[in-house]
Amino acid sequence: MLKFDVFTLGRARTMSMLNVEKLNAWYDRSHVVQNLTFHVEPGEVVTLMGRNGAGKTTTLRTIMGLLEKCTGNVSFDAQQMLGKPAHIRFHSGLAYVPEDRRIVAGLTVRENLQLGLIASAARAHTNAMIEEIAQTFPRLKERLNQEATSLSGGEQQMLAIARAMMAKPKMILLDEPSEGVMPVLVDEMFELFSRMKNQGTTILLVEQNVERALSISDRAYILDQGRIVHEGRAADLLADDEIQQKYCAV
Amino acid sequence: MAEITLQLLMLQLLTGLALGAVYALLAIGLSLIFGMLTVVNFAHGAFFMVGAFLGVYFLTVTGSFWFSLVLTPTAVGAIGLLCERFLVRPLYGRGIDYPLLLTFGLSYVMVEAMRVIFGIDGVPTSTPSELRGVVNVGFGMFPLYRLFLIAATAVIVLALWLFIEKTRYGLIIRAGSRDNEIVRVLGIDISKIWLLVFGLGTAIAGLSGLLAAPTRAVNPEMGIPVLAESFVVTVVGGMGSLVGAVVAGLLVGVVFSMTSLFAPEYAELSIFVLMAVVLLVRPQGLFGKAGLMG
Repeated sequence: MLKFDVFTLGRARTMSMLNVEKLNAWYDRSHVVQNLTFHVEPGEVVTLMGRNGAGKTTTLRTIMGLLEKCTGNVSFDAQQMLGKPAHIRFHSGLAYVPEDRRIVAGLTVRENLQLGLIASAARAHTNAMIEEIAQTFPRLKERLNQEATSLSGGEQQMLAIARAMMAKPKMILLDEPSEGVMPVLVDEMFELFSRMKNQGTTILLVEQNVERALSISDRAYILDQGRIVHEGRAADLLADDEIQQKYCAV
Repeated sequence: MAEITLQLLMLQLLTGLALGAVYALLAIGLSLIFGMLTVVNFAHGAFFMVGAFLGVYFLTVTGSFWFSLVLTPTAVGAIGLLCERFLVRPLYGRGIDYPLLLTFGLSYVMVEAMRVIFGIDGVPTSTPSELRGVVNVGFGMFPLYRLFLIAATAVIVLALWLFIEKTRYGLIIRAGSRDNEIVRVLGIDISKIWLLVFGLGTAIAGLSGLLAAPTRAVNPEMGIPVLAESFVVTVVGGMGSLVGAVVAGLLVGVVFSMTSLFAPEYAELSIFVLMAVVLLVRPQGLFGKAGLMG
């Protein structure tokens, strides 16, 4: 059914939530992302798969504007993004939850959540928004005034996601959300992603937990050594053990 | 040598606190700038010196110490804003030594500028008329102006604490000094925050220059020893720690004044000995976190 992408590429370029074309990125001299072209449609959940070092994290960082050396095109919500600083991209409705969570030490859970809305026009409603978020994240609700780094790894991950959701982004980039999180919380987290999807949030997911990721995704791209080597519907990839073994087995 | 009495010790302690108050303010500015921008501001002593000159100038022109108290930090902060925007900013992302060398050079420019404008001998100062005289502090007579120094510092530190702990900008500063990437990702234009913090840090340096002016000679070179002393305080307190800056500032002031009581010739040396001891025992400083530079 998704084959139509091939024929409507020209239109898709303007319609997509995220459109990445011929993206190249470098860390110092190493060419980490090579000629990447992919897209994410509004409301879709798309997973980037591949081994460690395949360039997944770099791709997300480049989309968010955290890498200086890059070429190509990144358009988000019909706006050209490449060359714009990260904070401008945030204000266009793009959110990013980095791999290491980046919970700010020395701040409480509440203050970390406040940061999520601190630059937005909606910051007058910060308290109401924290209440609302706390409904979705009951684990955070009881711990609002606690030092954020005293939370468990999984709770910190929840906090990082909640913080990114404070400003109600159109699209969220999630880097390895289940890493170092205990299984019970991973279940909770993926239920949450499904709910976010149902509420219309577009998600670009990087995840080692391939089966989990594919089970909530619409489509996936497989990266290997900085290039896209395969793309397909999540359901098809889920059934394709060979591909999974070839590119994603650790 | 006169007999050392408890009264004398107490008065000397208070003198040390008044001296330490100025150190604390200087170190707060340095620490704020370093914590947020990772810029070691070698022009901090020069901003202090310019604050002293402008303080005297505004006092002469307006005739009011209180006007000068507002105008001086505003003017010095404005100079700081211009320096960050046009000189320091192009050097971000190039390593810690670039802004260090730049501010080092900047301090020479500021010293020369003051020599050109006000002459090499400096300007005469006196205690503002409202704050002259001595007061009975219970265990002796103490200069009113030095008490004012301690009180003014307390007010400034309290105001700064409220700003950093209770306001939106304070939260951004606290978060940004720990992790500037995450605040950028959350929509904050970090370059504006850096500009603000540099302006604030230099404004406080200017204010401390104004406050210290009546207690020392105002000349273009007055910032040079002050810079070294501020670094001692910052290192003792821990780079980037505001609590550390206050505690270490007062501590250094007290150590200096107590040493001057018993062995005046070693007073200058004593604070460096203090720094050496702290570095040996606690290399990250009293309130610093290990590995801040890593």
